[in-house]
Amino acid sequence: MSEVVAPGLEELAPELAVECQGLSQRFGSVQALDGVEFTVRRGEVFGLLGPNGAGKTTTIRVLVTLLRPDSGTIRVFGLDVVRQAMAVRRAIGYVPQQLSADQGLSGYENVWLFAKLFDVPRSQLRARIQEALALMGLEEAARRPVVTYSGGMVRRLELAQALVNRPRLLVLDEPTIGLDPVARAGVWQRVQELRARTGMTVLLTTHYMDEADRLCDRVALMHRGRIVALDTPARLKESLGQAATLDDVFRHYTGSQLEESGSFRDVRSTRRTARRLG
Amino acid sequence: MSAAHAELHAASAELRPGWWRVLPSRIWTFWVVELYRIRHDRTELYTRAIQPVLWLVIFGETFTRLRAIPTGGVPYLDYIAPGIIAQSGLFIAIFYGIQIIWERDAGVLAKLLATPTPRVALVSGKAFAAGLRAAIQSMIVFALSAILRVSIDWNPLHLAAAVLVVMVGSAFFSTLSMTIAGVVLSRERLMGIGQALTMPLFFASNALYPVDVMPGWLRAFSIVNPLSYEVEALRGILVGTPTNLLLDALVLVTALVAGVAASSALLGRLAR
Repeated sequence: MSEVVAPGLEELAPELAVECQGLSQRFGSVQALDGVEFTVRRGEVFGLLGPNGAGKTTTIRVLVTLLRPDSGTIRVFGLDVVRQAMAVRRAIGYVPQQLSADQGLSGYENVWLFAKLFDVPRSQLRARIQEALALMGLEEAARRPVVTYSGGMVRRLELAQALVNRPRLLVLDEPTIGLDPVARAGVWQRVQELRARTGMTVLLTTHYMDEADRLCDRVALMHRGRIVALDTPARLKESLGQAATLDDVFRHYTGSQLEESGSFRDVRSTRRTARRLG
Repeated sequence: MSAAHAELHAASAELRPGWWRVLPSRIWTFWVVELYRIRHDRTELYTRAIQPVLWLVIFGETFTRLRAIPTGGVPYLDYIAPGIIAQSGLFIAIFYGIQIIWERDAGVLAKLLATPTPRVALVSGKAFAAGLRAAIQSMIVFALSAILRVSIDWNPLHLAAAVLVVMVGSAFFSTLSMTIAGVVLSRERLMGIGQALTMPLFFASNALYPVDVMPGWLRAFSIVNPLSYEVEALRGILVGTPTNLLLDALVLVTALVAGVAASSALLGRLAR
Protein backbone atom coordinates (compact mmCIF):
# COMPACT_ATOMS: atom_id res chain seq x y z
CA MET A 1 0.00 0.00 0.00
CA SER A 2 1.42 3.34 -0.89
CA GLU A 3 -0.81 5.89 0.77
CA VAL A 4 0.68 8.99 2.29
CA VAL A 5 -0.54 9.67 5.78
CA ALA A 6 -1.01 12.96 7.53
CA PRO A 7 1.60 13.52 10.23
CA GLY A 8 0.39 13.36 13.80
CA LEU A 9 -2.31 10.75 13.23
CA GLU A 10 0.05 8.10 14.54
CA GLU A 11 -0.16 9.41 18.11
CA LEU A 12 -3.95 9.45 18.10
CA ALA A 13 -4.32 5.73 17.62
CA PRO A 14 -4.73 3.58 20.72
CA GLU A 15 -2.20 0.80 21.18
CA LEU A 16 -4.91 -1.75 21.75
CA ALA A 17 -6.99 -3.02 18.86
CA VAL A 18 -9.42 -4.91 21.09
CA GLU A 19 -10.13 -4.67 24.80
CA CYS A 20 -12.62 -7.20 26.10
CA GLN A 21 -13.68 -6.90 29.73
CA GLY A 22 -15.94 -9.09 31.85
CA LEU A 23 -17.97 -10.32 28.89
CA SER A 24 -20.88 -12.55 29.88
CA GLN A 25 -23.76 -13.90 27.88
CA ARG A 26 -26.46 -16.43 28.69
CA PHE A 27 -28.70 -18.20 26.18
CA GLY A 28 -31.54 -19.76 28.19
CA SER A 29 -29.89 -22.23 30.52
CA VAL A 30 -26.52 -22.10 28.75
CA GLN A 31 -23.83 -19.74 30.03
CA ALA A 32 -22.18 -19.10 26.67
CA LEU A 33 -19.72 -16.51 27.98
CA ASP A 34 -18.64 -16.32 31.58
CA GLY A 35 -16.44 -13.28 32.19
CA VAL A 36 -14.25 -13.28 29.08
CA GLU A 37 -11.27 -10.90 29.28
CA PHE A 38 -8.50 -10.35 26.75
CA THR A 39 -6.75 -7.64 24.78
CA VAL A 40 -5.45 -7.68 21.22
CA ARG A 41 -2.51 -5.42 20.44
CA ARG A 42 -2.33 -3.40 17.30
CA GLY A 43 -0.82 -5.32 14.41
CA GLU A 44 -0.86 -8.75 15.98
CA VAL A 45 -2.51 -11.94 14.81
CA PHE A 46 -4.53 -13.13 17.76
CA GLY A 47 -6.21 -16.53 17.93
CA LEU A 48 -9.24 -17.51 19.96
CA LEU A 49 -8.96 -21.27 20.31
CA GLY A 50 -11.29 -23.86 21.62
CA PRO A 51 -13.71 -26.64 20.75
CA ASN A 52 -17.16 -26.07 19.27
CA GLY A 53 -19.35 -24.45 21.90
CA ALA A 54 -16.48 -22.87 23.84
CA GLY A 55 -17.84 -19.38 23.21
CA LYS A 56 -15.56 -18.26 20.38
CA THR A 57 -18.30 -17.39 17.92
CA THR A 58 -20.42 -15.70 20.59
CA THR A 59 -17.45 -13.49 21.48
CA ILE A 60 -17.01 -12.64 17.81
CA ARG A 61 -20.71 -11.82 17.42
CA VAL A 62 -20.48 -9.30 20.25
CA LEU A 63 -17.27 -7.89 18.79
CA VAL A 64 -18.77 -7.30 15.33
CA THR A 65 -21.85 -5.61 16.88
CA LEU A 66 -24.33 -8.38 16.05
CA LEU A 67 -25.08 -9.30 19.65
CA ARG A 68 -25.55 -7.04 22.65
CA PRO A 69 -23.94 -8.81 25.63
CA ASP A 70 -25.71 -9.33 28.98
CA SER A 71 -22.75 -7.69 30.69
CA GLY A 72 -19.19 -6.60 30.03
CA THR A 73 -17.75 -4.48 27.25
CA ILE A 74 -15.62 -4.76 24.15
CA ARG A 75 -13.75 -1.79 22.77
CA VAL A 76 -12.34 -1.80 19.26
CA PHE A 77 -9.63 0.85 18.85
CA GLY A 78 -11.20 2.53 21.85
CA LEU A 79 -14.75 2.44 20.41
CA ASP A 80 -17.50 0.73 22.38
CA VAL A 81 -19.16 -2.01 20.31
CA VAL A 82 -22.60 -1.29 21.77
CA ARG A 83 -22.67 2.50 22.02
CA GLN A 84 -20.54 3.24 18.94
CA ALA A 85 -21.61 0.31 16.81
CA MET A 86 -21.59 2.16 13.47
CA ALA A 87 -18.05 3.47 13.99
CA VAL A 88 -16.89 -0.01 15.04
CA ARG A 89 -18.42 -1.52 11.89
CA ARG A 90 -16.44 0.90 9.75
CA ALA A 91 -13.22 -0.26 11.40
CA ILE A 92 -13.85 -4.01 11.04
CA GLY A 93 -13.79 -6.51 8.20
CA TYR A 94 -15.74 -9.60 9.21
CA VAL A 95 -15.81 -13.03 7.59
CA PRO A 96 -18.36 -15.35 9.19
CA GLN A 97 -17.94 -19.09 9.57
CA GLN A 98 -20.30 -20.12 6.79
CA LEU A 99 -19.42 -19.64 3.15
CA SER A 100 -21.48 -16.53 2.56
CA ALA A 101 -20.55 -15.18 -0.89
CA ASP A 102 -23.52 -14.67 -3.22
CA GLN A 103 -23.59 -17.57 -5.67
CA GLY A 104 -25.80 -15.65 -8.07
CA LEU A 105 -23.18 -12.94 -8.68
CA SER A 106 -19.64 -12.76 -10.03
CA GLY A 107 -16.65 -12.32 -7.74
CA TYR A 108 -16.32 -8.67 -8.74
CA GLU A 109 -20.00 -8.00 -8.05
CA ASN A 110 -19.73 -9.62 -4.63
CA VAL A 111 -16.91 -7.26 -3.69
CA TRP A 112 -18.71 -4.31 -5.32
CA LEU A 113 -21.68 -4.90 -2.99
CA PHE A 114 -19.51 -4.60 0.10
CA ALA A 115 -17.59 -1.63 -1.25
CA LYS A 116 -20.95 0.13 -1.62
CA LEU A 117 -22.16 -0.97 1.82
CA PHE A 118 -19.01 0.54 3.32
CA ASP A 119 -19.53 3.79 1.37
CA VAL A 120 -16.28 3.57 -0.58
CA PRO A 121 -16.20 6.82 -2.60
CA ARG A 122 -17.19 6.45 -6.24
CA SER A 123 -13.82 7.76 -7.48
CA GLN A 124 -11.96 4.96 -5.64
CA LEU A 125 -14.51 2.20 -6.18
CA ARG A 126 -12.95 0.31 -9.08
CA ALA A 127 -9.38 0.62 -7.79
CA ARG A 128 -10.32 -0.56 -4.31
CA ILE A 129 -12.26 -3.56 -5.62
CA GLN A 130 -9.34 -4.53 -7.87
CA GLU A 131 -6.94 -4.08 -4.96
CA ALA A 132 -8.98 -6.36 -2.68
CA LEU A 133 -9.34 -9.01 -5.39
CA ALA A 134 -5.62 -8.82 -6.17
CA LEU A 135 -4.68 -9.24 -2.51
CA MET A 136 -6.59 -12.52 -2.53
CA GLY A 137 -5.30 -13.63 -5.94
CA LEU A 138 -8.70 -13.49 -7.62
CA GLU A 139 -8.10 -11.02 -10.49
CA GLU A 140 -8.38 -13.78 -13.07
CA ALA A 141 -11.59 -15.24 -11.69
CA ALA A 142 -13.23 -11.91 -10.85
CA ARG A 143 -15.72 -11.91 -13.75
CA ARG A 144 -16.74 -15.53 -13.33
CA PRO A 145 -19.91 -16.39 -11.43
CA VAL A 146 -19.17 -17.57 -7.90
CA VAL A 147 -20.98 -20.87 -8.56
CA THR A 148 -17.89 -21.91 -10.49
CA TYR A 149 -15.51 -21.18 -7.57
CA SER A 150 -13.89 -23.81 -5.38
CA GLY A 151 -14.35 -23.67 -1.61
CA GLY A 152 -10.96 -22.07 -1.10
CA MET A 153 -11.70 -19.43 -3.73
CA VAL A 154 -15.04 -18.58 -2.11
CA ARG A 155 -13.24 -18.10 1.20
CA ARG A 156 -10.66 -15.84 -0.41
CA LEU A 157 -13.45 -13.90 -2.12
CA GLU A 158 -15.04 -13.33 1.28
CA LEU A 159 -11.73 -12.04 2.56
CA ALA A 160 -11.67 -9.66 -0.41
CA GLN A 161 -15.19 -8.51 0.52
CA ALA A 162 -13.98 -7.79 4.04
CA LEU A 163 -10.81 -6.07 2.82
CA VAL A 164 -12.40 -3.68 0.32
CA ASN A 165 -13.15 -1.33 3.21
CA ARG A 166 -9.45 -1.46 4.20
CA PRO A 167 -10.40 -2.40 7.75
CA ARG A 168 -8.09 -1.81 10.68
CA LEU A 169 -9.16 -5.08 12.25
CA LEU A 170 -9.89 -8.24 10.32
CA VAL A 171 -12.18 -10.68 12.15
CA LEU A 172 -12.19 -14.24 10.83
CA ASP A 173 -14.48 -16.84 12.35
CA GLU A 174 -13.11 -20.31 11.58
CA PRO A 175 -11.60 -19.16 8.26
CA THR A 176 -10.47 -22.62 7.16
CA ILE A 177 -13.29 -24.80 8.43
CA GLY A 178 -14.33 -27.45 5.94
CA LEU A 179 -11.54 -26.61 3.46
CA ASP A 180 -9.18 -29.25 2.13
CA PRO A 181 -5.50 -28.94 3.18
CA VAL A 182 -4.42 -27.25 -0.06
CA ALA A 183 -7.18 -24.65 0.06
CA ARG A 184 -6.48 -24.13 3.74
CA ALA A 185 -2.81 -23.45 3.07
CA GLY A 186 -3.81 -21.04 0.31
CA VAL A 187 -6.07 -19.04 2.62
CA TRP A 188 -3.37 -18.82 5.28
CA GLN A 189 -0.73 -17.80 2.80
CA ARG A 190 -2.94 -14.90 1.69
CA VAL A 191 -3.65 -13.81 5.24
CA GLN A 192 0.07 -13.85 6.05
CA GLU A 193 0.97 -11.87 2.92
CA LEU A 194 -1.73 -9.37 3.73
CA ARG A 195 -0.40 -8.96 7.18
CA ALA A 196 3.17 -8.55 5.98
CA ARG A 197 2.06 -5.87 3.52
CA THR A 198 -0.39 -3.90 5.64
CA GLY A 199 0.34 -4.78 9.26
CA MET A 200 -3.39 -5.24 9.74
CA THR A 201 -4.57 -6.57 13.09
CA VAL A 202 -6.18 -10.00 12.73
CA LEU A 203 -8.45 -11.70 15.23
CA LEU A 204 -9.42 -15.22 14.30
CA THR A 205 -11.04 -18.24 15.83
CA THR A 206 -10.10 -21.79 15.03
CA HIS A 207 -10.16 -25.23 16.49
CA TYR A 208 -7.15 -26.37 14.47
CA MET A 209 -4.38 -26.13 17.05
CA ASP A 210 -1.56 -26.69 14.57
CA GLU A 211 -2.67 -23.73 12.44
CA ALA A 212 -2.93 -21.47 15.45
CA ASP A 213 0.51 -22.55 16.55
CA ARG A 214 2.09 -21.56 13.25
CA LEU A 215 0.17 -18.37 12.52
CA CYS A 216 -0.80 -16.58 15.70
CA ASP A 217 1.40 -14.21 17.68
CA ARG A 218 -0.69 -14.93 20.75
CA VAL A 219 -3.53 -17.30 21.46
CA ALA A 220 -6.28 -17.44 24.05
CA LEU A 221 -7.62 -20.87 24.94
CA MET A 222 -11.37 -20.82 25.52
CA HIS A 223 -13.31 -23.46 27.36
CA ARG A 224 -16.92 -23.30 28.53
CA GLY A 225 -17.21 -19.56 28.07
CA ARG A 226 -13.97 -18.67 29.82
CA ILE A 227 -10.42 -17.95 28.75
CA VAL A 228 -8.29 -20.53 30.54
CA ALA A 229 -4.89 -19.52 29.18
CA LEU A 230 -3.46 -16.68 27.11
CA ASP A 231 0.08 -16.30 25.81
CA THR A 232 2.32 -16.87 22.81
CA PRO A 233 2.08 -20.43 21.48
CA ALA A 234 5.78 -20.94 22.30
CA ARG A 235 5.45 -19.94 25.94
CA LEU A 236 2.28 -21.96 26.43
CA LYS A 237 4.07 -25.06 25.13
CA GLU A 238 7.23 -24.36 27.11
CA SER A 239 5.31 -24.31 30.33
CA LEU A 240 4.49 -27.99 29.76
CA GLY A 241 7.92 -29.25 28.65
CA GLN A 242 9.88 -29.70 25.45
CA ALA A 243 7.78 -31.93 23.27
CA ALA A 244 4.44 -30.37 24.15
CA THR A 245 2.00 -29.28 21.43
CA LEU A 246 -0.85 -26.78 21.73
CA ASP A 247 -3.18 -29.77 21.92
CA ASP A 248 -1.32 -30.88 25.06
CA VAL A 249 -1.59 -27.37 26.45
CA PHE A 250 -5.30 -27.37 25.81
CA ARG A 251 -5.75 -30.75 27.48
CA HIS A 252 -3.70 -29.58 30.41
CA TYR A 253 -5.93 -26.58 31.03
CA THR A 254 -9.29 -28.15 30.38
CA GLY A 255 -8.75 -31.77 31.23
CA SER A 256 -10.70 -32.78 28.13
CA GLN A 257 -10.20 -33.81 24.54
CA LEU A 258 -11.03 -31.23 21.93
CA GLU A 259 -13.39 -33.44 20.04
CA GLU A 260 -15.57 -34.42 22.96
CA SER A 261 -17.30 -31.15 23.65
CA GLY A 262 -19.53 -28.97 21.51
CA SER A 263 -23.24 -28.84 21.03
CA PHE A 264 -25.45 -30.38 18.39
CA ARG A 265 -26.16 -26.93 16.98
CA ASP A 266 -22.47 -26.25 16.30
CA VAL A 267 -21.99 -29.61 14.67
CA ARG A 268 -25.00 -28.97 12.50
CA SER A 269 -23.76 -25.57 11.35
CA THR A 270 -20.30 -27.01 10.69
CA ARG A 271 -21.81 -29.79 8.62
CA ARG A 272 -23.90 -27.28 6.73
CA THR A 273 -20.75 -25.34 5.89
CA ALA A 274 -19.00 -28.52 4.83
CA ARG A 275 -21.93 -29.50 2.64
CA ARG A 276 -21.97 -26.14 0.86
CA LEU A 277 -18.30 -26.61 0.19
CA GLY A 278 -19.03 -29.93 -1.49
CA MET B 1 4.08 1.68 6.11
CA SER B 2 1.86 -0.56 8.15
CA ALA B 3 0.97 2.04 10.73
CA ALA B 4 0.36 4.54 7.94
CA HIS B 5 -2.05 2.14 6.35
CA ALA B 6 -3.93 1.68 9.60
CA GLU B 7 -4.08 5.39 10.27
CA LEU B 8 -5.47 6.15 6.86
CA HIS B 9 -8.30 3.84 7.76
CA ALA B 10 -8.86 5.79 10.92
CA ALA B 11 -9.15 8.94 8.86
CA SER B 12 -11.53 7.37 6.34
CA ALA B 13 -13.70 6.11 9.20
CA GLU B 14 -14.54 9.75 9.89
CA LEU B 15 -16.41 10.04 6.59
CA ARG B 16 -19.79 9.00 7.88
CA PRO B 17 -22.72 9.88 5.67
CA GLY B 18 -25.97 10.76 7.40
CA TRP B 19 -29.04 8.53 7.19
CA TRP B 20 -30.60 10.71 4.51
CA ARG B 21 -27.73 9.67 2.27
CA VAL B 22 -27.35 6.13 3.57
CA LEU B 23 -30.96 5.15 2.83
CA PRO B 24 -31.02 6.06 -0.89
CA SER B 25 -27.47 4.78 -1.28
CA ARG B 26 -28.39 1.35 0.12
CA ILE B 27 -31.59 1.15 -1.92
CA TRP B 28 -29.56 1.94 -5.04
CA THR B 29 -26.96 -0.67 -4.11
CA PHE B 30 -29.50 -3.45 -3.61
CA TRP B 31 -31.21 -2.42 -6.86
CA VAL B 32 -28.00 -2.82 -8.80
CA VAL B 33 -27.27 -6.15 -7.13
CA GLU B 34 -30.77 -7.35 -8.07
CA LEU B 35 -30.09 -6.33 -11.69
CA TYR B 36 -26.80 -8.24 -11.60
CA ARG B 37 -28.65 -11.31 -10.30
CA ILE B 38 -31.28 -11.05 -13.02
CA ARG B 39 -28.56 -10.67 -15.66
CA HIS B 40 -26.84 -13.85 -14.46
CA ASP B 41 -30.05 -15.88 -14.40
CA ARG B 42 -33.09 -14.79 -16.38
CA THR B 43 -34.98 -18.06 -16.22
CA GLU B 44 -37.07 -16.90 -13.29
CA LEU B 45 -38.35 -13.93 -15.27
CA TYR B 46 -39.53 -16.24 -18.04
CA THR B 47 -41.05 -18.93 -15.85
CA ARG B 48 -42.86 -16.34 -13.77
CA ALA B 49 -44.37 -14.89 -16.94
CA ILE B 50 -46.25 -18.13 -17.60
CA GLN B 51 -48.81 -17.79 -14.85
CA PRO B 52 -50.02 -14.26 -15.72
CA VAL B 53 -50.47 -15.38 -19.33
CA LEU B 54 -52.51 -18.37 -18.21
CA TRP B 55 -54.69 -16.11 -16.08
CA LEU B 56 -55.31 -13.79 -18.99
CA VAL B 57 -55.80 -16.53 -21.56
CA ILE B 58 -57.74 -19.16 -19.62
CA PHE B 59 -59.55 -17.23 -16.92
CA GLY B 60 -59.79 -13.95 -18.80
CA GLU B 61 -61.04 -15.34 -22.10
CA THR B 62 -63.58 -17.60 -20.41
CA PHE B 63 -65.03 -14.90 -18.20
CA THR B 64 -65.12 -12.53 -21.15
CA ARG B 65 -67.67 -14.90 -22.70
CA LEU B 66 -69.62 -15.36 -19.47
CA ARG B 67 -70.20 -11.63 -19.15
CA ALA B 68 -71.04 -12.38 -15.49
CA ILE B 69 -68.97 -9.64 -13.96
CA PRO B 70 -70.11 -6.02 -13.99
CA THR B 71 -67.04 -4.08 -15.08
CA GLY B 72 -68.79 -0.84 -15.94
CA GLY B 73 -68.51 -1.34 -19.67
CA VAL B 74 -64.79 -2.18 -19.72
CA PRO B 75 -63.91 -5.36 -21.70
CA TYR B 76 -63.18 -8.04 -19.11
CA LEU B 77 -59.66 -8.77 -20.34
CA ASP B 78 -58.75 -5.10 -20.03
CA TYR B 79 -60.41 -5.05 -16.64
CA ILE B 80 -58.36 -7.89 -15.14
CA ALA B 81 -54.99 -7.09 -16.79
CA PRO B 82 -54.07 -4.59 -14.02
CA GLY B 83 -55.18 -7.17 -11.45
CA ILE B 84 -52.96 -9.83 -13.00
CA ILE B 85 -50.01 -7.42 -13.10
CA ALA B 86 -50.48 -6.64 -9.40
CA GLN B 87 -50.82 -10.36 -8.67
CA SER B 88 -47.59 -11.30 -10.42
CA GLY B 89 -45.78 -8.75 -8.25
CA LEU B 90 -47.52 -10.06 -5.13
CA PHE B 91 -46.42 -13.64 -5.88
CA ILE B 92 -42.80 -12.56 -6.22
CA ALA B 93 -42.84 -10.44 -3.08
CA ILE B 94 -44.78 -12.66 -0.71
CA PHE B 95 -42.04 -15.31 -0.71
CA TYR B 96 -39.21 -12.81 -0.54
CA GLY B 97 -38.75 -13.46 3.18
CA ILE B 98 -37.48 -16.92 2.27
CA GLN B 99 -34.41 -15.22 0.85
CA ILE B 100 -33.81 -13.45 4.18
CA ILE B 101 -34.04 -16.74 6.05
CA TRP B 102 -31.68 -18.34 3.56
CA GLU B 103 -29.29 -15.44 4.01
CA ARG B 104 -29.51 -15.91 7.76
CA ASP B 105 -28.57 -19.59 7.47
CA ALA B 106 -25.74 -18.84 5.04
CA GLY B 107 -24.16 -16.13 7.22
CA VAL B 108 -24.93 -13.43 4.64
CA LEU B 109 -27.27 -11.57 6.95
CA ALA B 110 -24.62 -11.42 9.70
CA LYS B 111 -22.17 -9.99 7.22
CA LEU B 112 -24.66 -7.40 5.96
CA LEU B 113 -25.59 -6.37 9.49
CA ALA B 114 -21.91 -5.94 10.36
CA THR B 115 -21.61 -3.23 7.69
CA PRO B 116 -22.49 0.38 8.55
CA THR B 117 -26.05 -0.15 7.31
CA PRO B 118 -28.92 0.69 9.66
CA ARG B 119 -31.56 -2.05 9.77
CA VAL B 120 -34.18 0.23 8.25
CA ALA B 121 -31.85 0.85 5.30
CA LEU B 122 -31.13 -2.86 4.90
CA VAL B 123 -34.81 -3.80 4.91
CA SER B 124 -35.69 -0.91 2.58
CA GLY B 125 -32.93 -1.98 0.21
CA LYS B 126 -34.23 -5.55 0.17
CA ALA B 127 -37.84 -4.37 -0.25
CA PHE B 128 -37.05 -2.17 -3.22
CA ALA B 129 -34.98 -4.96 -4.75
CA ALA B 130 -38.11 -7.13 -4.60
CA GLY B 131 -40.04 -4.16 -5.99
CA LEU B 132 -37.59 -3.85 -8.88
CA ARG B 133 -37.91 -7.53 -9.75
CA ALA B 134 -41.69 -7.21 -9.67
CA ALA B 135 -41.51 -4.06 -11.82
CA ILE B 136 -39.40 -5.83 -14.44
CA GLN B 137 -41.83 -8.74 -14.28
CA SER B 138 -44.71 -6.32 -14.85
CA MET B 139 -43.04 -5.01 -18.00
CA ILE B 140 -43.01 -8.54 -19.37
CA VAL B 141 -46.72 -8.83 -18.57
CA PHE B 142 -47.29 -5.51 -20.36
CA ALA B 143 -45.57 -6.91 -23.44
CA LEU B 144 -47.61 -10.10 -23.28
CA SER B 145 -50.79 -8.08 -22.83
CA ALA B 146 -49.98 -6.29 -26.05
CA ILE B 147 -49.65 -9.61 -27.84
CA LEU B 148 -52.98 -10.73 -26.37
CA ARG B 149 -54.53 -7.49 -27.64
CA VAL B 150 -55.44 -6.22 -24.23
CA SER B 151 -56.20 -2.56 -24.83
CA ILE B 152 -54.50 -0.71 -22.03
CA ASP B 153 -53.15 2.81 -22.15
CA TRP B 154 -49.75 2.67 -23.85
CA ASN B 155 -48.81 6.24 -22.98
CA PRO B 156 -45.20 5.86 -21.73
CA LEU B 157 -45.87 8.18 -18.80
CA HIS B 158 -48.81 6.05 -17.72
CA LEU B 159 -46.78 2.88 -18.11
CA ALA B 160 -43.99 4.39 -16.01
CA ALA B 161 -46.50 5.36 -13.33
CA ALA B 162 -47.91 1.83 -13.39
CA VAL B 163 -44.43 0.33 -12.98
CA LEU B 164 -43.85 2.64 -10.01
CA VAL B 165 -47.11 1.51 -8.42
CA VAL B 166 -46.12 -2.15 -8.90
CA MET B 167 -42.73 -1.42 -7.34
CA VAL B 168 -44.12 0.23 -4.22
CA GLY B 169 -46.92 -2.33 -3.82
CA SER B 170 -44.54 -5.27 -4.21
CA ALA B 171 -42.00 -3.64 -1.91
CA PHE B 172 -44.75 -3.55 0.72
CA PHE B 173 -45.64 -7.23 0.24
CA SER B 174 -41.96 -8.16 0.55
CA THR B 175 -41.77 -6.35 3.90
CA LEU B 176 -44.87 -8.29 4.93
CA SER B 177 -43.00 -11.45 3.98
CA MET B 178 -39.86 -10.38 5.83
CA THR B 179 -41.97 -9.53 8.88
CA ILE B 180 -43.46 -13.02 8.86
CA ALA B 181 -39.94 -14.42 8.36
CA GLY B 182 -38.87 -12.54 11.49
CA VAL B 183 -41.71 -14.17 13.42
CA VAL B 184 -41.62 -17.78 12.19
CA LEU B 185 -37.85 -18.00 11.48
CA SER B 186 -38.18 -21.02 9.20
CA ARG B 187 -38.55 -21.44 5.47
CA GLU B 188 -41.15 -24.17 5.72
CA ARG B 189 -43.48 -22.18 7.95
CA LEU B 190 -43.02 -19.08 5.80
CA MET B 191 -43.93 -21.08 2.68
CA GLY B 192 -47.10 -22.31 4.38
CA ILE B 193 -48.13 -18.90 5.63
CA GLY B 194 -47.23 -17.25 2.34
CA GLN B 195 -49.44 -19.67 0.46
CA ALA B 196 -52.26 -19.24 2.95
CA LEU B 197 -52.00 -15.45 2.56
CA THR B 198 -51.83 -15.07 -1.22
CA MET B 199 -55.24 -16.64 -1.79
CA PRO B 200 -57.28 -14.24 0.40
CA LEU B 201 -55.10 -11.26 -0.55
CA PHE B 202 -55.79 -11.94 -4.22
CA PHE B 203 -59.43 -13.04 -4.20
CA ALA B 204 -60.53 -10.64 -1.48
CA SER B 205 -59.39 -7.75 -3.62
CA ASN B 206 -60.75 -6.04 -6.71
CA ALA B 207 -58.22 -7.82 -8.95
CA LEU B 208 -60.76 -10.05 -10.73
CA TYR B 209 -64.13 -8.44 -9.94
CA PRO B 210 -65.42 -5.23 -8.42
CA VAL B 211 -65.68 -5.10 -4.65
CA ASP B 212 -69.43 -4.43 -4.96
CA VAL B 213 -70.17 -8.06 -5.86
CA MET B 214 -68.67 -9.28 -2.57
CA PRO B 215 -70.63 -9.96 0.60
CA GLY B 216 -70.30 -7.18 3.17
CA TRP B 217 -67.78 -8.86 5.46
CA LEU B 218 -65.48 -9.60 2.56
CA ARG B 219 -65.84 -6.08 1.28
CA ALA B 220 -64.65 -4.91 4.70
CA PHE B 221 -61.50 -7.01 4.31
CA SER B 222 -61.00 -5.72 0.80
CA ILE B 223 -60.99 -2.16 2.14
CA VAL B 224 -57.98 -2.90 4.36
CA ASN B 225 -56.28 -5.02 1.69
CA PRO B 226 -53.40 -2.99 0.16
CA LEU B 227 -53.63 -5.08 -3.03
CA SER B 228 -57.04 -3.49 -3.72
CA TYR B 229 -55.45 -0.05 -3.70
CA GLU B 230 -52.62 -1.23 -5.92
CA VAL B 231 -55.14 -2.63 -8.43
CA GLU B 232 -57.31 0.49 -8.14
CA ALA B 233 -54.33 2.65 -9.01
CA LEU B 234 -53.16 0.41 -11.86
CA ARG B 235 -56.66 0.23 -13.32
CA GLY B 236 -57.04 3.97 -13.06
CA ILE B 237 -53.71 4.56 -14.79
CA LEU B 238 -53.96 1.87 -17.47
CA VAL B 239 -57.68 1.47 -18.17
CA GLY B 240 -58.93 4.86 -17.08
CA THR B 241 -61.51 3.71 -14.55
CA PRO B 242 -62.35 6.34 -11.95
CA THR B 243 -60.20 6.17 -8.83
CA ASN B 244 -58.66 8.37 -6.20
CA LEU B 245 -54.98 8.05 -7.08
CA LEU B 246 -53.90 10.17 -4.15
CA LEU B 247 -55.66 7.86 -1.68
CA ASP B 248 -54.21 4.78 -3.42
CA ALA B 249 -50.68 6.20 -3.24
CA LEU B 250 -51.15 7.24 0.37
CA VAL B 251 -52.33 3.77 1.41
CA LEU B 252 -49.49 2.00 -0.43
CA VAL B 253 -46.77 4.28 0.92
CA THR B 254 -48.15 4.12 4.47
CA ALA B 255 -48.31 0.32 4.25
CA LEU B 256 -44.72 0.23 3.00
CA VAL B 257 -43.47 2.46 5.81
CA ALA B 258 -45.29 0.30 8.38
CA GLY B 259 -43.90 -2.85 6.74
CA VAL B 260 -40.34 -1.53 6.82
CA ALA B 261 -40.74 -0.56 10.47
CA ALA B 262 -42.16 -3.96 11.45
CA SER B 263 -39.64 -6.06 9.54
CA SER B 264 -36.61 -4.04 10.65
CA ALA B 265 -37.80 -4.32 14.27
CA LEU B 266 -37.95 -8.10 13.83
CA LEU B 267 -34.67 -8.39 11.93
CA GLY B 268 -32.82 -8.76 15.23
CA ARG B 269 -34.60 -12.08 15.82
CA LEU B 270 -33.16 -13.39 12.55
CA ALA B 271 -29.69 -12.04 13.27
CA ARG B 272 -29.48 -13.79 16.63
